[in-house]
Amino acid sequence: MFEILEKRSLNPTVTLMKIAAPKVAKKAEPGQFIILRTDENGERIPLTIADFDRSAGTVTIIFQIVGATTEKLNHLNEGECLHDFVGPLGRATETEGLKKVAVVGGGVGCAIAYPVAKKLHSLGVEVHSIVGFRNKDLVILEDEFKAASSKFVLMSDDGTAGEKGLVTDALKKLIESGEKYDRVITIGPLIMMKFVCQLTKQYEIPTVASMNPIMIDGTGMCGGCRLTVGGETKFACVDGPEFDGHLIDFDEAMARGAMYKPFERKAHEETCNLFKEVK
Amino acid sequence: MPNMRATRNEMPVQDPNVRNKNFKEVALGYTEEQAIDEAQRCLNCKNKPCVTGCPVQIDIPAFIAEVAKGDFAAAYKVITKSSSLPAVCGRVCPQENQCEGKCVRGIKGEAVAIGRLERFVADWHNAQPEAPVEKPASNGHKAAIIGSGPSGLACAGDLIKKGYDVTVFEALHVAGGVLSYGIPEFRLPKDIVQKEIEGLKALGVNVETNTVVGRTVSIDELMKEEGFETVFIGSGAGLPRFMKIPGENLSGVYSANEFLTRINLMKAYKEDSSTPVQHGKKAVIVGGGNVAMDAARCAKRLGADVTIVYRRTETELPARAEEVEHAKEEGIVFRFLTNPVEIKSDDKGWVKSVVCQEMELSEPDASGRAKPVPKEGAFVEIEADCVIMSIGTSPNPLIKATTDGLDTQKWGGIIADDNGLTSKEGVYAGGDAVTGAATVILAMGAGKKAAAAMDEYMQNK
Ligand SMILES: Cc1cc2nc3c(=O)[nH]c(=O)nc-3n(C[C@H](O)[C@H](O)[C@H](O)COP(=O)(O)OP(=O)(O)OC[C@H]3O[C@@H](n4cnc5c(N)ncnc54)[C@H](O)[C@@H]3O)c2cc1C
Ligand SMILES: Cc1cc2nc3c(=O)[nH]c(=O)nc-3n(C[C@H](O)[C@H](O)[C@H](O)COP(=O)(O)OP(=O)(O)OC[C@H]3O[C@@H](n4cnc5c(N)ncnc54)[C@H](O)[C@@H]3O)c2cc1C
Ligand code: SF4
Ligand code: SF4
Ligand code: FES
Repeated sequence: MFEILEKRSLNPTVTLMKIAAPKVAKKAEPGQFIILRTDENGERIPLTIADFDRSAGTVTIIFQIVGATTEKLNHLNEGECLHDFVGPLGRATETEGLKKVAVVGGGVGCAIAYPVAKKLHSLGVEVHSIVGFRNKDLVILEDEFKAASSKFVLMSDDGTAGEKGLVTDALKKLIESGEKYDRVITIGPLIMMKFVCQLTKQYEIPTVASMNPIMIDGTGMCGGCRLTVGGETKFACVDGPEFDGHLIDFDEAMARGAMYKPFERKAHEETCNLFKEVK
Repeated sequence: MPNMRATRNEMPVQDPNVRNKNFKEVALGYTEEQAIDEAQRCLNCKNKPCVTGCPVQIDIPAFIAEVAKGDFAAAYKVITKSSSLPAVCGRVCPQENQCEGKCVRGIKGEAVAIGRLERFVADWHNAQPEAPVEKPASNGHKAAIIGSGPSGLACAGDLIKKGYDVTVFEALHVAGGVLSYGIPEFRLPKDIVQKEIEGLKALGVNVETNTVVGRTVSIDELMKEEGFETVFIGSGAGLPRFMKIPGENLSGVYSANEFLTRINLMKAYKEDSSTPVQHGKKAVIVGGGNVAMDAARCAKRLGADVTIVYRRTETELPARAEEVEHAKEEGIVFRFLTNPVEIKSDDKGWVKSVVCQEMELSEPDASGRAKPVPKEGAFVEIEADCVIMSIGTSPNPLIKATTDGLDTQKWGGIIADDNGLTSKEGVYAGGDAVTGAATVILAMGAGKKAAAAMDEYMQNK
């Protein structure tokens, strides 16, 4: 059993939790993820390791409440336990040889992008962070990003936070102004990553996208997380989650991600109703 | 006087049209009378041909003789001298190619139903009140087992009985390997598997689920930092293969592993499960092994019209005969000499149909095996909203990639000698991780052999 040591709401739909998981903390690296189950009959869901503390034996996760399982997770409190918590899974972010990197995050993807930015910063890499949210109420990790970046650009769809516009607009502006990046690392909604990759392709900047397809085991056993990258089938849980953004078939990934939409909607409504009844 | 009837006792089963809508066990098991009657068909052959067909050499005539006398406890003792999972093997062994395939009664009639008798004895034993277990005295040596499938469980069982301190590390949240996530409830009830695991825990085996060796901890760390003197790798062959044909990544296309994991491990067939699985209307299953039969019969139970496409003919089907027979009774359609070449989609990226090449068998080659070859220009298109690929699996490369000095074959199988010893001192391996996808009984046998070798190694160290 894995105890929730700390729980904090970052915005109305995003929550941070610190979990006691010494074995995972011992090996965790930025870019890796865990799979958890809230309870004995729960679904297995993957979440990125947002932070870790090896000596304290803790792992931090940041999740957006989008469906049944994240809803259930958000109803657990400090002192309660998660039934299962396995990791670290996937490959760590490659940081070797990098000098200047643009980290482009969107929405809750910023929770995945943040540990990467932090690690690069700690290695002495010059980090420019460009993060986008729909509006000011959804902004997360602003101070953390600022501390890890030499340049920080905040964008919002409606202009209520930072500049109005898309992260691609900001990235384009920086590139056009003469910033030379060894690599762009992008993490966020598929559609955002698709456009970031299209943009960086024009400028021939190597780009890595962190993919989050539907997963079950996370060990390479089910093939449910497969993607087409450069015409080849890859398993995101073991070969990724980060891939060369210029080679990913984003349209296929978007279609596969929508496979269980009707089921998910129903499950979420039922879970919400359940919690309403309890109250 | 043995009973010389040519036919064996029929296995009582659920009616095909009832069972193809539920996930309860299909075969119901012999009654005591049926078991005794069947046991009396055994001739107690002096040269025991049946035993040569059993990969772990159960003394078949000896246990059957006890059943014939009605002494089921004695029969159980005989079986468990050689096998640690009789309730499982009695259900899932391909008996027609193994013990029963060698039975002399099979020459002029039907073989003695050895598997059914083995199952009967194990189920009888499991229904008895449990005797209090005595934990073996510890000898102070530590052994680690990676993977909780039949090879790992057998290895753990033998080592714990010898007094070792045994920890099983399992990547998933449930132990049992394929017995838990792959083989469906209607063929192997999960209670049986869990009972075996509870039994091992009662003897003192530590089972650490949620531990991916190679990620959470490495073999080198287990040996250098955590004091395990030997390690057994029983990580199976869980990596699914795909055909590399267009459309394989469309929504609605599954590997059999994913489909079966959702159903068996995550219980997606239950109304209140939080894990979804597609309830297809028309499912096409590609392949002809046990895995394909299981996927097909699960899809059927979720309400689909199911077609199995297989590129060879019925005679080459690698699945257990009983599963093929059961699948047919349940209304599953087989299309032989048919091989998918493309999966087509609707405008939303969902599967719409499977285009297949028709095949014919060539003249047998030097090995005597006829190869399926494409029939020029002959294609069929089969409508489908769900396609399940069951064309095989290979060993997962994770352990190899994270362990120094562990040699593998080109195709991924870990190289091990007859006793399971790998290229790395103190590290043993067995089961599907070594042989590629095989059978429960072979995996179990490999686990037992390795346990003996590990015992000797630790005693002489
Ligand atoms: C490697 C990886 C890292 C991730 N990291 C984070 C993170 O740090 N923070 C965060 O908020 N989210 C993260 N996600 C997404 C997160 O897993 C999903 O939001 C979560 O599974 C939704 O579950 P649900 O039951 O609440 O919602 P559902 O209603 O079941 O689904 C909502 C959406 O989530 C996705 N989803 C559903 N089930 C799964 C599944 N088993 N695996 C993956 N995606 C699924 C689907 O796209 C779906 O449309 C990550 C996903 C992956 C693969
Ligand atoms: C659907 C299906 C039906 C089958 N039907 C039959 C049948 O009817 N009769 C028959 O004889 N055989 C059948 N088989 C084959 C049989 O199940 C296997 O040969 C047998 O289970 C192999 O046992 P094993 O111990 O080698 O590995 P597995 O049973 O595969 O177990 C391996 C275990 O190791 C775990 N693992 C893997 N990597 C790691 C890691 N890095 N760290 C920790 N844990 C890890 C896995 O999660 C798994 O639990 C079937 C197989 C399938 C898939
Ligand atoms: S273990 Fe399998 S092969 Fe051996 S006797 Fe039992 S059913 Fe037959
Ligand atoms: S070969 Fe058949 S008849 Fe002879 S001992 Fe074995 S089971 Fe009995
Ligand atoms: S999640 Fe199953 S193979 Fe990646």
